[in-house]
Amino acid sequence: MAAISREEVAHLARLSRLAVTEEELDQFAGQLDVILQSVARVGEVAAEDIPPTSHSVPLTNVYREDVPTPSLAQEAALSGAPDAYEGRFRVPRILDEED
Amino acid sequence: MSDLTRLSAAELASLVAKREVSAVEVATAHLDRIDAVDERVHAFLHVDREGALAAAAAVDRGEITGPLAGVPIAVKDVVTTKGVPTTAASKILEGWKPPYDATIVERLKAAGMPILGKTNMDEFAMGSSTEYSAYGPTNNPWDLGRIPGGSGGGSAAALAAYEAPLAIGTDTGGSIRQPGAVTGTVGAKPTYGGTSRYGLIAFSSSLDTPGPCGRTVEDTALLHAVIAGHDPRDSTSIPQPVPDVVAAARLGATGDLTGVKLGLVKEFAGDGSEPGVVAAFRESLEALVKLGAEVVEVSCPNFQYALPAYYLIAPSECSSNLARFDGVRYGLRSGDDGSRSLEEVMSLTRDEGFGPEVKRRIILGTYALSSGYYDAYYGQAQKVRTLITRDFQAAFEQVDVLVSPTTPFVAFPFGSRTGDPYQMYLADLFTIPTNLYGGPAISVPCGLSEGLPVGFQIMAPTMADDRMYRVAAALESAVGTFTPPAL
Repeated sequence: MAAISREEVAHLARLSRLAVTEEELDQFAGQLDVILQSVARVGEVAAEDIPPTSHSVPLTNVYREDVPTPSLAQEAALSGAPDAYEGRFRVPRILDEED
Repeated sequence: MSDLTRLSAAELASLVAKREVSAVEVATAHLDRIDAVDERVHAFLHVDREGALAAAAAVDRGEITGPLAGVPIAVKDVVTTKGVPTTAASKILEGWKPPYDATIVERLKAAGMPILGKTNMDEFAMGSSTEYSAYGPTNNPWDLGRIPGGSGGGSAAALAAYEAPLAIGTDTGGSIRQPGAVTGTVGAKPTYGGTSRYGLIAFSSSLDTPGPCGRTVEDTALLHAVIAGHDPRDSTSIPQPVPDVVAAARLGATGDLTGVKLGLVKEFAGDGSEPGVVAAFRESLEALVKLGAEVVEVSCPNFQYALPAYYLIAPSECSSNLARFDGVRYGLRSGDDGSRSLEEVMSLTRDEGFGPEVKRRIILGTYALSSGYYDAYYGQAQKVRTLITRDFQAAFEQVDVLVSPTTPFVAFPFGSRTGDPYQMYLADLFTIPTNLYGGPAISVPCGLSEGLPVGFQIMAPTMADDRMYRVAAALESAVGTFTPPAL
């Protein structure tokens, strides 16, 4: 049985904001199925009582000194934007017109 | 003057310091070499002749001195360089000029190292062959029809083609070490947290580790010493002194490993390595024993789950990190013709801007993090990560370092693994456990199989990076270095 269906891949692509084509869906569904069946092997490990590791450095709550430091100028921060307007990032509409 | 591009970084630094050669001459020699051969190798995505020569001139004016002053370097295109294009080999960042330098780039500049340009890689460092670069693959100088490894194939190929004496790579699952192995060069992954990630375009934040690449162990150690050390701008940067890797490399080069215990991981035996790789590895192991080392078999039973755990953890983190590429703040924007919503534009931008491997991993990571699957996949992989760490810790109670081949196979022909992504993933079978644990590891050339280089991997405990350099330099003193056929 497949670990993941074409419909599930299409749903995940929507969640990931990827406007994948039909051809991509066909290709990815088969490949992801193979990959998932392989990685599912982690389930063979008896690890109920094992604490998870999120990263290897035993540091928590690292703060910088609470003093102002120079940051990027507005112009520099906007320099790579596809579209900028009056010192801001300009985006396509986010609401329908009737909203 | 002999060909400057054939000298080691240590030799070049010495000539520049003694003013026998100018830094501008050294940079020019490498830029000319790039002009002459890079059309065939394609190690570089961008060459910064003007910037490199200006930095070299500053060294010649005596403004900067130091152990590598005047030695030029190539930087992987996933590391930000202020005002110099940085794409991570993705279409989504085509033409982007970062407004700031990565910490390691600041350190290269402060050390007087002219940056020759930005090197090719698999898109966002996801791959083992550079075939996933949006700008076409890099060709292995040993055989232009074969892969140079990945993701940092451009940095490794630039070294093997004598286009640069040193290079910067990044290693998330083997992206420094596997390219080093298949190009006959040296690549070191420092302890996670030993080198700053600030200014590194994030793929998998709990694994990404920038590190040095060179043609000799000593050169690699010299570069390690320049870039490593605490950075307050990276919250996972370790606030401790860097081990003296240069002294360790010089100690190892004396060829004495008396009392050093090498751990051979039982579970790595018979894991589909090519016979030529196994033979070269075994011969090197015997060479190390002749230098006084002792070989001890150790068991790391959870290493067999490292590859599956990695391909849940890394894609999960990637699916989150790559959410920043939304067509708003930098890079590509597609389909914004006034009729489409932000969400539609974002989805079209990401579909056009990302290549297939990046999309596969984003989808896989989104799946592994979904409610209902989280515990079985991402959560379970993090527990397995704990067990792999415990395997390393138990092994290092018995031995000083662990050793293995770097990768199961020599450079493979283009196209031979792209059809089946999981076959590509197997290239990182021996390198991935270290990334999950967070310790340092190095690949050093140890022989040839059918005329192609084989890499020998040495893994050390966290913050004991010096140990791996000692053993690597000893091996180099025994087996020598390997030069590809003339291009």
